[in-house]
Amino acid sequence: MPSPAALDATFQALADPTRRAILARLAQGEASVMELAAPFDMSQPAISKHLKVLENAGLISRGRDAQRRPCKLEAKPLAEATGWLIEYRKYWETQFERLDDLLGELKRLEAMAGKNN
Amino acid sequence: MGFGGPLTITTPTDTQIVIVRQFDAPRHLVFACYTQAPLIKRWLNGAEGWIMTVCEFEAKVGGKYRYEWKAPSGYVMGMGGVIREIEPVERVVSAELFDDDWTGGETVSTLRFDEEQQRTTLTNTINYSSKEARDGALKTPMADGMEFGYKKLDQVLAELAGAAP
Repeated sequence: MPSPAALDATFQALADPTRRAILARLAQGEASVMELAAPFDMSQPAISKHLKVLENAGLISRGRDAQRRPCKLEAKPLAEATGWLIEYRKYWETQFERLDDLLGELKRLEAMAGKNN
Repeated sequence: MGFGGPLTITTPTDTQIVIVRQFDAPRHLVFACYTQAPLIKRWLNGAEGWIMTVCEFEAKVGGKYRYEWKAPSGYVMGMGGVIREIEPVERVVSAELFDDDWTGGETVSTLRFDEEQQRTTLTNTINYSSKEARDGALKTPMADGMEFGYKKLDQVLAELAGAAP
C-alpha cells in the first residue's frame, strides 16, 4: 500500500490535463523537454514546471546524459494508485457477489413455490 | 468509463458517485434485497472480517433505517437515514449519514432498479450536498478511492488509451 502522501502527490499530479498529456506522450517512449513542449502552446519554463511536479510525484524520471536529459515514464506510482483503487472496487464487488448468491437462492425458492414471473 | 468487470464506479460531477451493477435476477428480488432487513443482513456485511450487528429498515416514506457493523478490532461503524421516496421495485431515495460524519454532511442516495429480460441493472447515484461535503468524504480512504481516484484515473486511462498507437 502506498503512503497517503504518495497517493496525494500522484493524484495531484494527475489532476492537470497538460500533465496527463505529457504522461500519455511518455507512455509511447522517452522524450526530450523540447519534444514534449511541441504540442503545447506553452513556454518551455511552463512545461518545465509541469515536469517538476511529475518528477516530484515520482511519475517521471530524467536521464543523466550530459547533452540530453530525456524524460521517462515511471509506472510504479501509477500502478500503486491503480492497485489501491482496485481494492475499493473489490469491496463493492464482494458485497454484490454475496447479493448474487442471495438472489440465486431467492430465485430457486420462487421456482419451488411455482412462481413464474 | 468503467473499469472492466460487471461493476462500474464513476464520478460524473463534483458532487456525485454513481455505482452500476447488473444482477441475473428480476428486479422485484433485487428490490427486496435492498428493502427487507432480513435480506439486507444477508449480503451487506461490510468489509472482510466485519460483522453486521444492527440492520433495520422501514420501507415507507419517512421510514428510518439503521446499520451497524463491527470490525475485527472492535470498532463499531454505524450509519442511518430516512426514506424520502419509495416506489416498489423501481426506486428508493434516501438521505443518509454516517455516525462519524465522514462525508461532511448528509448524502442523498437514489437507487434505481431497471429490468430487462429477467436481468436487473442497479444504479446507485449518491449525491453530496455540496462540493465541500464531497471533499469531506475525501477524508475516508473509501470515499477517497471512489470520489477522487476513479475520476482522475478514468481520465488518465482514457487519455492513455486514446494516445496509444
